[in-house]
Amino acid sequence: MKNILEFFETTTVKFPYKIGFTDINRKSTFSETMDKSKRIASVLSLYGTGKPVAVLIDKNCNCIDAMLGALYAGDFYIVVDVHSPQDRIKNILSTLEDTIIITDSNSIELANTVRSSEPIALYEDAIRYDINENALINIRKNMIDMDTAYILFTSGSTGKPKGTVISHRSLISYVNWITEEFKFDETTSFGSQTPLYFSMSVTDFYSTVKCGCCYNIIPKQHFSFPINLVKYLNEYQINTIYWVPTAISILSNWKVFDVIKPEYLKTVLFAGEVMPTKQLNYWINSLDENITYANLFGPTETTDICTFYVVNREFADDDSLPIGKHCDNCNVFIVKEDGTEAKDGEEGELFVRSTFMADGYYNNSEKTKEAFVQNPLNKAYPERVYKTGDIVKYNDKGELIYISRKDFQIKRSGYRIELGEIEAGANSVEGVKNCACIYDKEEDLLVLIYEGRVKKTETVLAGVMKKVPSYMYPDKVLRIKEMPQNANGKIDRKYLSTNYKKLGG
Amino acid sequence: MEKLLEILALIKPGVDFTKSDSIVDDGILSSMDIARLVGEISDEFDVDIEVTDLVPENFNSVDSMMKMIERLEDED
Repeated sequence: MKNILEFFETTTVKFPYKIGFTDINRKSTFSETMDKSKRIASVLSLYGTGKPVAVLIDKNCNCIDAMLGALYAGDFYIVVDVHSPQDRIKNILSTLEDTIIITDSNSIELANTVRSSEPIALYEDAIRYDINENALINIRKNMIDMDTAYILFTSGSTGKPKGTVISHRSLISYVNWITEEFKFDETTSFGSQTPLYFSMSVTDFYSTVKCGCCYNIIPKQHFSFPINLVKYLNEYQINTIYWVPTAISILSNWKVFDVIKPEYLKTVLFAGEVMPTKQLNYWINSLDENITYANLFGPTETTDICTFYVVNREFADDDSLPIGKHCDNCNVFIVKEDGTEAKDGEEGELFVRSTFMADGYYNNSEKTKEAFVQNPLNKAYPERVYKTGDIVKYNDKGELIYISRKDFQIKRSGYRIELGEIEAGANSVEGVKNCACIYDKEEDLLVLIYEGRVKKTETVLAGVMKKVPSYMYPDKVLRIKEMPQNANGKIDRKYLSTNYKKLGG
Repeated sequence: MEKLLEILALIKPGVDFTKSDSIVDDGILSSMDIARLVGEISDEFDVDIEVTDLVPENFNSVDSMMKMIERLEDED
């Protein structure tokens, strides 16, 4: 098997008229999705093959047609958050080369504003184009499994987004593990929470493509109104969810199951940040005892996940869940600061060797070299492994335990946030002299502190909002007279993070 | 009413909330914003918002928010 579309083709032969994808306005069968994606591919193929296709479409069934369309054209797609600031979209587009944009009538205005010279294909026109079956067959003949399937952008520390390059081979290998481990099949009905520009979406989306499940896109608004969310789960007979812990916790914090319960749930998976045990226990104690819960762990750079833990015992509210063991066809090991392997419960950085691994960061050889390195334990021949930047250890049960991120990078609501990107936004405001963004873990607050003649903190906030997506907006903005410095003359972040309240926070 | 507008201005500065009757449906407030709003209303008005009050209809306009708050105050 060389191409992820082979899964899609097998599924479409088996279940042509089964509903594969739904959003609030549309239900699409596998054969309808295939038809539309091939029409889109026939348009895209006019521009050549093996190119980046930026998909500027909101999360819905049309977006899915466009993603698969890019793959049929032998291209790779980049789903762009149409709600993120234009500067960020421009930044992503400028990182890519020779890109084609596909958009729909809802986002065409945005596409015209952010593009420089990229050609634009309009979804509504593309799905009326005749399928050029010969062209698509020829494209496939020349493809290999190392060809890129998609790029996912996360934020980079210099303020420039990093594009993780994932091949068909990585995707196939990962999807084989997840679907076999959790026994997904055509009866699986997903309630999808995560955006399609986020690595977690790969799991429920491509499991659907492989196994003929149903991928239901939950309207975002439901996560603010938990009773409506549970009603939705029941209406769509959702039996499997894979959400960020923040989303799972909403239902716990409101004790929603005291009022209404999901009736069809069988599998509850989560990843992206630490799952608070207290909130998980509410689910376990309120719902059907046969539900499987699993804590999945991994970065975008290993397609989605590298280790996992299926909850098989009770945890007290203040215990933390293990991240478990490696996935099938994925090997992990822990390396200490001195470059040797950690043993007997010693802490160290988690390394991954697997076909799940990304090829690197698009147009960013410097960052690629930092994270994708020679296996420090193999001196005999070249072997590339991925340094996760996560500090972990084994417990006495042989389960991996997550400790923390190695650097400043933080995770919140499942999104990776580089404080540097927020700072880059604040620094771009005229009159801001110096700034630092810190994360108050205890209170879960992103605090932006700046020095400069801009008196109104709102002005600085507005500057940041132009640069970063909403999940990165600081919760507090403080103006101080002088930025504290450490011995090296750098901004003293340690001091700020413990003393910002004294400074006026 | 003024207290509510102050809370809203704190959560999402620079938006004229009084002009909209589809604050939630138009996505003016994100899910994080709504969570904060609910917390602030509970604190400032000293009312208990139950999950059953947490429906879009109660948050789509400043008027409907006020009505909900008044109803909850009466229940005390």
